[in-house]
Formats: sequence, structure tokens, C-alpha cells
Amino acid sequence: MATHKPRTSATKSDSPSKKPPQLPASKKSDSRVAPAVTAVEMGARQREISVSEFFTKNRHLLGFDNPRKALLTCVKEAVDNALDACEEAGILPEVTVQLEVVAIGTAALPPASQATRFRITVTDNGPGIVRQQIPRVFAKLLYGSKFHRLRMSRGQQGIGISAAGMYGQLTTGKPVKIISRTGPKASAHYFEVQIDTKKNEPLVHENKQIEWDRPQGTQVAIEVEGRYQKGRASVDEYLEQTSIANPHVRLIYRTPEGETKDYPRAYHELPPSPKEIKPHPYGIEFGMLLKMLQESKSSTLSSFLENEFCRVPPALADEMCKAAKVSPKAKPRDVRGAIAETLYHTIQATKIMAPPTNCLSPIGEKAILSGLYKQIKGEFYTAVSRPPAVYRGNPFIIEAGLAFGKAPDSATKPEKQAVPLAEGEEEEGDSELARVIRYANRVPLLYQQSSCATFKAVLATTWRNYGISQSRGAMPAGPMVIFVHMASVWVPFTSESKEAIAEYDEIHKEITLALRECGRRLGLFLRRRERAASEFRRRNIFELYIEEVVEACNRLKGGKLPTEKLKAQLQKIASSRTGGIKTDETLGKTGAGPEGLPHSIIVTAEGIEGEVLPVTASVEVVAVEEPQSSADSSRTGAKKPKQRRGKKKTTPVAPAPSAPKKSVSVKKPASKSRAGRTVHRPRTRR
Amino acid sequence: MAKTKLTRNGAVEKKLIGLADLVIAAAQQAKDPTMAIPIRALSNVTFNERKGLLEMGKKKQARSFFNVGMAKKFMQTMLVADALSELQRAELTTSLREIYYRTKHTIQDSNENTFDTQDESDPIIEDLEVSLAALREELHVRAENGGSVVGPLVLGDDGDRVDCAKLGKGGYSVPSIVEPEYVEIRRCTADFVLLVEKGTQWNRLSEDKFWRRYNCVLLTGNGQPPRGVRRLARRLHEEYRLPVYVLVDNDPWGYYIYSVVKQGSINLAFESERMAIPKAKFIGLSSADPERYELPRNVGIKLNDKDIARAKELLNYQWFQKPAWQEEIKRMLASGLKYELDALANKDFQYLTKKYLPRKLKEKDWLD
Repeated sequence: MATHKPRTSATKSDSPSKKPPQLPASKKSDSRVAPAVTAVEMGARQREISVSEFFTKNRHLLGFDNPRKALLTCVKEAVDNALDACEEAGILPEVTVQLEVVAIGTAALPPASQATRFRITVTDNGPGIVRQQIPRVFAKLLYGSKFHRLRMSRGQQGIGISAAGMYGQLTTGKPVKIISRTGPKASAHYFEVQIDTKKNEPLVHENKQIEWDRPQGTQVAIEVEGRYQKGRASVDEYLEQTSIANPHVRLIYRTPEGETKDYPRAYHELPPSPKEIKPHPYGIEFGMLLKMLQESKSSTLSSFLENEFCRVPPALADEMCKAAKVSPKAKPRDVRGAIAETLYHTIQATKIMAPPTNCLSPIGEKAILSGLYKQIKGEFYTAVSRPPAVYRGNPFIIEAGLAFGKAPDSATKPEKQAVPLAEGEEEEGDSELARVIRYANRVPLLYQQSSCATFKAVLATTWRNYGISQSRGAMPAGPMVIFVHMASVWVPFTSESKEAIAEYDEIHKEITLALRECGRRLGLFLRRRERAASEFRRRNIFELYIEEVVEACNRLKGGKLPTEKLKAQLQKIASSRTGGIKTDETLGKTGAGPEGLPHSIIVTAEGIEGEVLPVTASVEVVAVEEPQSSADSSRTGAKKPKQRRGKKKTTPVAPAPSAPKKSVSVKKPASKSRAGRTVHRPRTRR
Repeated sequence: MAKTKLTRNGAVEKKLIGLADLVIAAAQQAKDPTMAIPIRALSNVTFNERKGLLEMGKKKQARSFFNVGMAKKFMQTMLVADALSELQRAELTTSLREIYYRTKHTIQDSNENTFDTQDESDPIIEDLEVSLAALREELHVRAENGGSVVGPLVLGDDGDRVDCAKLGKGGYSVPSIVEPEYVEIRRCTADFVLLVEKGTQWNRLSEDKFWRRYNCVLLTGNGQPPRGVRRLARRLHEEYRLPVYVLVDNDPWGYYIYSVVKQGSINLAFESERMAIPKAKFIGLSSADPERYELPRNVGIKLNDKDIARAKELLNYQWFQKPAWQEEIKRMLASGLKYELDALANKDFQYLTKKYLPRKLKEKDWLD
């Protein structure tokens, strides 16, 4: 991130035009440029702007535009950091988020909805931070490990948590309080830090060793001005969505209203750790290439190309040099100006293999399914992971998921209390539109939905083809949640506050393809359901009306009709006319009650071909994967070994050893976290 | 009189019960209960030139129970038949809307209503009228009191003597059933009947006592005249040999109102025999009038697409084939304008009463 440079070059040309106003003659120019300023005076005012100062004034760029959003941004940055740290260290994350109302001065504690000041405490079971780094990580902007490498992670720029701390400092004057412990044998450190906004350097207020009941991890507490509101783009929504896209995370959320929400772990396997990659030649701009040439430690141009980029083998490097008419032996430092430009264009024109994709860690279809199933009540779930693709040299993966329908239990409720409709009345809830939940590297995006590539792709998809109604330029209608995730080493956001994904053609295309696949599966499901229901309705119509007709006939005949006999006769005709026993079979096969439907169906990539599996799972027992994995083993010979699933609230049993290397690192935190949770006292002891 | 009413009712009730028998018989033979309902559409209507009226053809439509598309209608038909027979037994009359409410309920074990709107029950009543060959009055169903009458006419209604010359400018509200058993025409000294489309113009004429000066019966149906008004006009025409003149707006809908009075309507072609007045005359507003009566062009209204389409339909109707009529409609289409009766007020508030109608009657300027 570049700082704003003083306009030294501009002063020369500017000053002559501003001098004339010194002559009092012309009134016009006088009124235009009221206080005349000399170049010297201007020069005296010109000085360097520190990053911190810049962001203090432009805090909206980082997502601190209003108190409500600021609260969310702070929680988000802290949680993102916690998760990144845990995953990088190979630890199944367990994160506690606590929001507390803070009284201002001596005033009484206001209720959460009225409060303007909050303390955010985020505790994780991650690797901890070494003592020396703590101040800089939390109180220096643009400091971090993630900016300089091409590796998929939640944070990218190294602004996040320190910006949150700065915001807290700005609005409440309170320092950021950190406890960190790198392991059971190390001691825990307590820090209170602030940022020196002029120098962009940390100021340490307090630094001591303390006793901490956790064996390992980090806890950050920030006091900020904020506003707590539920609903759209709230902290609650953010955490819920985080838990959907990160089913391997256990999340405990203590709301400012005193509630504790536990988002249990639904997937007991860490996502594969993404690898770091070098930039792909297609992904760099000319200026970047120049800079790399200057800073390179390589002695020859061909080794420069080979070492600084991915997918450039020596032969290709030589070939490119030849094509650009530069010696492969030339010193990288000497390549500049026109030669460098030719080289750049040659590189762009050369056919180079797409970047490696092991740097990406998609959530995976199974994990998305279990995440959706865990948090969203519906009848049908599906998930699609696209193969990796590339935009501007950056590999990325698009994943989409879909949860459709109402939960079986909530769907039956209104039917039970069915009130006969009056004239002009309609069934309610038909106007509900689909909801899109968007993610970039597993982080939920909650703002600027309409300018996000994912949202646009959802709009551009013709959902009508899949049996979903959609009015022009609107979201598809129906009780549906659409999940879109972009995983990339560099997610192109439209702004620093990381709210919307920019719309590159390649990205748009991939999202569209993923959504279409989801749509196709949903269409299949809906058509099947519709077919069963219409068959049922057909039969039902006659059965319902027979009653009415027989009653009417009976009244016409003066009430002297043997109604049962007539009814039986008519029912016999009805059943012979609607396919009789055959219909019974199809209906029975799908387990049709009066609702005509099994509770939920999950379709995976392996199982669309006529093998939609009905899952008769009650909501309490998380049994999604059971029929799934059994289906896996029966169909594809068990790609992955079955995993044991715990029930909702029990602590996870150590998973069956799927990969021996991992199981060690997984087991440890699981047992530890159990210990940590029973004693938890997240506040610091003084 | 009460006696005849009762026997006729018995016949209608028998017909209604016949529907139940139809279902029972079909059920016994394991057949799909099916009723035949005459089609009420242009395709099933013929114009009898000799009689000068529309007659319903013999085309029928099957309505079967065990057909997904018709099951509900069949069930509804049975419910309406039941309600109608209830009326017969109780010797009550009722309105279309009351029938709708009477038959509406939620079907057991579902959240489906037997009827959702009145639009569903009204056509079924007409279906039954046609298929049972029973008049609406015989079914004891009345429409809204849709019209007014004023003039030298004395009626007997429920034993009351109604002198239509002594009812101020409001007149007598024409009941929907004006059969001799219900309304008796005791005396009529008028020379002709003037049937006005619009209530507003009828009010104008009534207020100006036009009927007294020209000795006529003034009738209005407030738009498309309901059966009661048409039937009363027909009875005056038949029993007192009064000529009937029809005064409507100059637009396709006005023309059609005239044709309904004259030949009968497509929907109720089965009633033409009783309702139509083949000798009725079209007195105005003609498309020739704006020129003849010097109505400025700016009081006209541009014909919209619907008007034009309707006018073209009229041109094709068999009963509009007379050269004078073809000319009349084509003239309107050529001008591209329609005129309301109210537009005559542009010249004078009493222009209709004092100039227009007197001149029309004097010049015998009407279309047949």
C-alpha cells in the first residue's frame, strides 16, 4: 500500500498561477482564491502522511463507516486471524467470541440494543504468537505474514486486526489487550498496546507474564464504539455464515444479551493446508515486473524467470528471452526500458501452463453440505466444487451450494392450523426470495451484495430452467439459500474493506457454471417431487370431491341415500382411473404422507443419476453424512473412510485416522480444548 | 296463481334431483358420471332471420367427474344444484351472490375452498339454467335490481299499486323478475318505450319530464340492461304493442346493447324467445349524428384498440349485416371517434330533451 506522496513536483507549476492575487487589482481572482499562498508557505505545510493517519481519516475504506458495521468488522478481523492461525498450525479451530456491553463513565449498563460501547473478546486455541511480535501484529498497520506471499488465507493485507485496534483506540481511547501462549510449557504473556498513528509503530502500555488457564492460544480484547443489531449484516449473521463455510470450526458465541450460541463442529477434518506459490507470469503487471527485475537476486535473466515465477522451466525461460531478443545471460538489473517492455509483452504472448492449484484449499462438497445442513433448515441440499481456474495468473476455485425448501417441521405447522382462506386472500410466504450467502476464502461477505460478482451471477442465471420462478432482474423466488465461495490466493475485492468480489470474466463464468450445476440438481429434485405430488393430488382431488358430491346428492335426494355405498362405488371408479395400485406404489416408495415428501434429500456429484437419496434424519441427530458415506461406499467403493459423527452437543471424539500425519495434530487440541472449556474464564486476571 | 307457481317449481325440483340420479346411476354401472351442458358461445348461436332473434344451437359439452380438469366444476355444479333445490323446497328467492356464499365452504381435510370467488359460481348457475331448460326466475334466483322506469304506466307488485307517473324523478326500480305472476301491468297509456343506456341520461329525461310531453315510458338498465328491464320492455311491446326505441352511446358497446335488446345475447341465447324485441329501433347516438347535430370534434373520444376490435367483430355478426348498419359501424371506424350521450350537454344542458330527441322522433331518424 503506497502512502500519499507530497506534491513536490506540482508546486512549481502551480505557484505562478497563484501569485497574481497578490495584486489587489482583480477582484474576480481575489474571490476565487481567497487567501493567497506562496510556494514557500505551501511547502512548509507539505509533509508525509503516515498510513495510520490516512486510515484514521478514511476509516470507511476498511469497513468502519458506521458503528454497527464497525462492530462487525472488528469481530470479523479477529475471527479471521484466529482461524487463519489455527489452520496454518494444523489445529482444528475452536473460537470463542464474546461481546459485552461496556458502561460509559459511571452510567448504568444500557441494554444491548441501546448500548454504544462494546468489548469484543475473541479467544482461539491456535499456536499463539511469540512475545516479540505481539505489539507489531496488533498495533502496526500493514504488518503481517500474508501480504507478501501467494497463499490462500482469509486475511490478505495485514491491515485487519490492527485497524480494528486503531478504531477502538480512536473511539474509546482504550488499548488492545492481548493474551497469548505458544504452548503448555511456555508462559502466557499479557500485553496492552496502542498504535502511534503518526509513526505507525506500536506503543506498549503493559507487558507482563500471567497465569492463563488455556494451554495454548491467543485472546484479543478490543473496546470499541459500536452498535449491536440483529438481522442482516450483523455479527450474528456473520458468525452463522462462518460456521456454514467452516464446518470444521467450533464456534462459541456469547451475545451481548447474555445468550450463548454454540455452533458445533460438523466436519472433523482440517481443510488441506494450502501451499504457497510464486506468481504466475500472466498475473503480473509491467511495473511489477520492473520492480522484480530490480530486486532480483538471480544473476541471469533466464534464472530470474525460472526462480521468481511458477510454471517457467529453464527451456521456456530461454525461449522467452530469445523471442524478446534479450540475452538469457543478461543481468536482470540491466533489463529495463524498451527491452523490459518487449520482454513483458513476449511473456504475455508465450503459452505458459496454468499455475499450480495445490495452493488452493476448497471447502469441499461434503463439508459445504454438512455446513449447510447444520445451519439451514431445508429439504434439499447440494454442493458443487468447480475444478480450479485462473484469472490474471491467479488460480481460483469456485464452489456453490444450495439449500432449498422449508424445514419439514416448520413446513407442516401452518398446514395444521390451516385457516380457510377468504376471497382475495392468498397463501403467505410465496413471495419469499432466495438469499445469497457469499464467501471469499471462507470468510462471509456481508456488505455490497449487489456489486459482487457472485450476486450478479446468481441474477444472470436463468433459474426458470430449473423450475424456480424468477422475475426479470430479480433474485429467484423460493425458500432457498444460495451459497457461493471463491477460494483464491488473491481474491480480487472491489475495495479494501473486502466486501465484494470484482467481476472478472473468468470468475463470472466459473460461478455461473457452478450455479447451473446446482440448479440442474435442484430442478431434478423439484421435478421428481412435483411428479409424485401431482400423482398424489390427482388421486386426492377425486377423493376430496367424492365426499362433496355424495353429500350434495344425498341432500338432493332428501337425505335418504345410502351414502357409504355410493361413496365406495365412486372411489372404486376413481382408483381404477388414476392408475390404481401403481400409484400407490410410487407414492409409498417415496414415503409420502399427506405432505407427500421425505424430509430431506441430498444430492452429491456422484449421485444425481437416479440415485437421489432420501434422508429421513431428524434435525437433532446430525445424520447427513451417514446415508451419504454409506452411499459412497456402495457406489464408489469408499473414497474416504467413514467418519464417526458425534451428536450435536457432545465433544468430538477423535476422528478415525484417515491420514495418520494429521490425526496427531487433530487429537491434541481436541482433548485440550475440552479441558479449556470446562474451566473457561476468558477475562484476564489482574 | 300460487297454484301454477307450485307445480312449475315441482318440475324444476325434479330436474335438479335428476342430477343426483345421474350420479347414482353412473356409479352403479361403474361409469364416469357425465352431464351434458349446452355451449354458451358464439359457436353455438344461430341468427334466425325469419324471427329476427338469436337461437341457441344444439352443441353440448360433456362435464365428467373423473377428469382432473373438470372434477372441481362437476362438484361445484352438484353443490349449486343442491342449493337451488333447497330454494325450491323453502320457496325463497335469492341472489347470485347469496348462492355463492351458501355453497362456499372449505372441503374437509384440506384447505381448499369449494368456491374461491363468485366468478366461479355464476357461470354454473347459467349452465344449470341452460341444461335444465329452466329460467332463472324458475330457479328462484334474481339479479340485482338493475333498472328504473318512469312514465304513464301502472303496475301491480305484491298487491301494491305502483303508478309510475307519480314516482317523482326517481321512478320505480325494476325488479329482476317481472313475469306476470310477480309484476302485473294494470294500465299503460304511453305511445312508445324509450330504453336509455345510461342512468345519467335517463335522469336528465326524467327530470325534464320528457315522458309527459312525448307520452312514453322511460326505461334504463344502467349499462347492459338486466333481464328484468328487457323483459318489461318486451312485455310492453308485446302486450301493449308499443314501439321500443333504444338510446345508447355511440360506441361498439352501445351498438351491442341495442342488438341484445333486439335479438338477444350470445350468452343467454336460450332466453331470446322471451326477451328479444326484434322490432326495436336504434334511435341514437348514430355515427352520423355528430355531423347532423353539429357536435364539435373535440367532444369525441378516440377509439381505443379494444373498441376497434369489438367494432370489427360486430361487422361480422350475422345480425349486423344490413347495409345501413354496415355503413353505421364503418362510419364510426372511419372517423376514429366515439361519442357519449353526455357529450350533447356541450351544446346545452337540455339539448337531449329539447332538441335532439324531438328532432329524431320528428324525422323518424332511426335504424332498424
